[in-house]
Amino acid sequence: MIRLFLRDLALGVRAGGGFGLGLAFFLILVVLVPFGVGPEPQFLSRIAPGILWVGALLACLLSLDRIFQLDFEDGSLDLLAVAPVPLEGVTAAKALAHWVTTGLPLVLIAPLLGVLLNLPGPAYSYMILSLAIGTPALSFIGAFGAALTVGLKRGGLLLSLLVLPLYVPTLIFGAETVRRGAEGLPVGTPLAMLAGISLAVVALLPFAAAAALRINLR
Amino acid sequence: MLTVDALSCARGGLAVLHGVGFVLNPGEVLILRGPNGIGKTTLLRTVAGLQPPVAGRIDAPAEGLAYAAHADGLKAQMTVVENLEFWSAIFGGPPIDEALRAFDLVGLRSRLAQNLSAGQKRRLGLARLLVTGRPVWILDEPTVSLDRASVALFADAVRAHCAAGGSALIATHIDLGLQAEVLDLTPFRAEGAPGEASPRPRADAPTDPFDDEAFL
Amino acid sequence: MSIWEYANPKRFMQVSGALLPWLVGLTLLTLIVGLVWGFFFTGDDYRQGSTVKIIYLHVPAALMAINAWMMMLAASLIWLVRRHHVSALAARAAAPIGLTMTLIALATGAIWGQPMWGTWWAWDPRLTSFLILFLFYLGYIALWEAIETPDTAADLTSVLCIVGSVFAVLSRYAVNFWNQGLHQGASLSLDKEENVSDVFFFPLLVCIAGFVLLFVTLVFLRTRTEIRQRRLDALEARERLA
Repeated sequence: MIRLFLRDLALGVRAGGGFGLGLAFFLILVVLVPFGVGPEPQFLSRIAPGILWVGALLACLLSLDRIFQLDFEDGSLDLLAVAPVPLEGVTAAKALAHWVTTGLPLVLIAPLLGVLLNLPGPAYSYMILSLAIGTPALSFIGAFGAALTVGLKRGGLLLSLLVLPLYVPTLIFGAETVRRGAEGLPVGTPLAMLAGISLAVVALLPFAAAAALRINLR
Repeated sequence: MLTVDALSCARGGLAVLHGVGFVLNPGEVLILRGPNGIGKTTLLRTVAGLQPPVAGRIDAPAEGLAYAAHADGLKAQMTVVENLEFWSAIFGGPPIDEALRAFDLVGLRSRLAQNLSAGQKRRLGLARLLVTGRPVWILDEPTVSLDRASVALFADAVRAHCAAGGSALIATHIDLGLQAEVLDLTPFRAEGAPGEASPRPRADAPTDPFDDEAFL
Repeated sequence: MSIWEYANPKRFMQVSGALLPWLVGLTLLTLIVGLVWGFFFTGDDYRQGSTVKIIYLHVPAALMAINAWMMMLAASLIWLVRRHHVSALAARAAAPIGLTMTLIALATGAIWGQPMWGTWWAWDPRLTSFLILFLFYLGYIALWEAIETPDTAADLTSVLCIVGSVFAVLSRYAVNFWNQGLHQGASLSLDKEENVSDVFFFPLLVCIAGFVLLFVTLVFLRTRTEIRQRRLDALEARERLA
């Protein structure tokens, strides 16, 4: 399982792995927003938490179909299914690798992009905290969606349609944490809810994803 | 070692094979033959446990099967050694040196898989069988894109595997020069499958309600 | 004789075929009585005027939008546990009906909201939840359409339905937390204090019964269509192979 995680990590970072694409997308998205809504700093700082969260969510979505599709095409998934590792562990390891190559860099670059959007000072720590807690949920929910659509030829669009509604609670609590943090309000409730969602998703969705994979492989 | 009894399997909701049965003992090789589309791949996937049988029984040792299909499960951006070591670690099998030697891959150790020829990739895919350390090999057209010398290497590997008490179930069209039983799948073609006429039920009244073909 | 006998496609076709004419008649009767009673024989609300009458469509549609999903969830579980094909097909058949009910609830809500709240749309928790429910229906239907092998599609959509249900409930709470809304409390509840007055209550009950019957009728009809479609596909597949 650890080997699988390390392999996916290596594949993600090596040439053609798509590492950095999500980051670049995130950057471009954040740069585009002021062009669309205007440059007033007060307005930007008000919508910054939402933009950063929605941006992170879309950047995450971008690379979801890679989680299983490549392994499905080259036959690795068949071999992993008959290997002496539980498929639930395989999905968890792959989702975790997706988070390390996609979600974690987003967390690290978000403060930098917060500067561009004039994010209020107290919000920075909450921004990093909420993204760090919330993005694993995005990867694991996404892995479930990817498992559902792995056998389909043009599954990418369908994947977005399936996964985005599932992202709603994570987005609401994540962005709410930052918004409250920016206004100096207590953030305990949304942060606890966000952490709860992440933990539950990480613990339970690999089972659903593995079930979907088994169905798709037969 | 591997017993298959009255097995029926389906592909894409259509029955393909019906009532297949065979026994594979340690040291034996069983070769499956039959025209294209008869369901060799479906049968092998069913035996490997990738899809559930429609009916029948498969008795296989727990975690005793190694499966190799048309796709080799190789990662283009990893080297030969990395690919093999990964599968060795996943299956908890033996070290990879023996496998590299058996399929003449020693000289290609640190080549990226994307720079291998089709035949070399295939050899790497077959070398993977050795590092699984599993007794029963289930092979689907293993010799595709192999040259004559490589086929001989492969046949040697199967012989060595059987001599060590292993066994192999192989779907292939070419003669491998192995001492093997041959099972022709043609008689097991399922009712209504390609090339066979059968009575047509009316859309609204299937003959036997629980055997309704539409709800396989 | 157990209830599972009806899970046999042939048996289901027989029974549903015999029941359908009665169901259609009963549905029409109940809907006409309920709607005519509601629209023409109840007074206007003292604050909302005649716009209040849209509740005879809005409330039943909203109820059925949620209940259709519940029914799909139950049918999905039955399919996963007992592998009855009729169950999977009934879930498939119910989805577009639920989607339509959600749309009706949203549309009638907007039409009513315009004169009442002065806006067609507000990001009120209830409205937002229904919009999210609408997206769930879309995703579920799209997944059914995308997969060619029927049993694989049934399995995967069932898994999606179960996971989706959990997230739908979660979204409902998240949305509540996110924005306190304009929407009034439940129109119907056991707590008498909150209820709409009796004048509106009885025709509304009849309308709800009518919508339930309409839903059952449509699910029967569509499930029959799906079963016939499956048989047709099987025949065509055989035809192509022969």
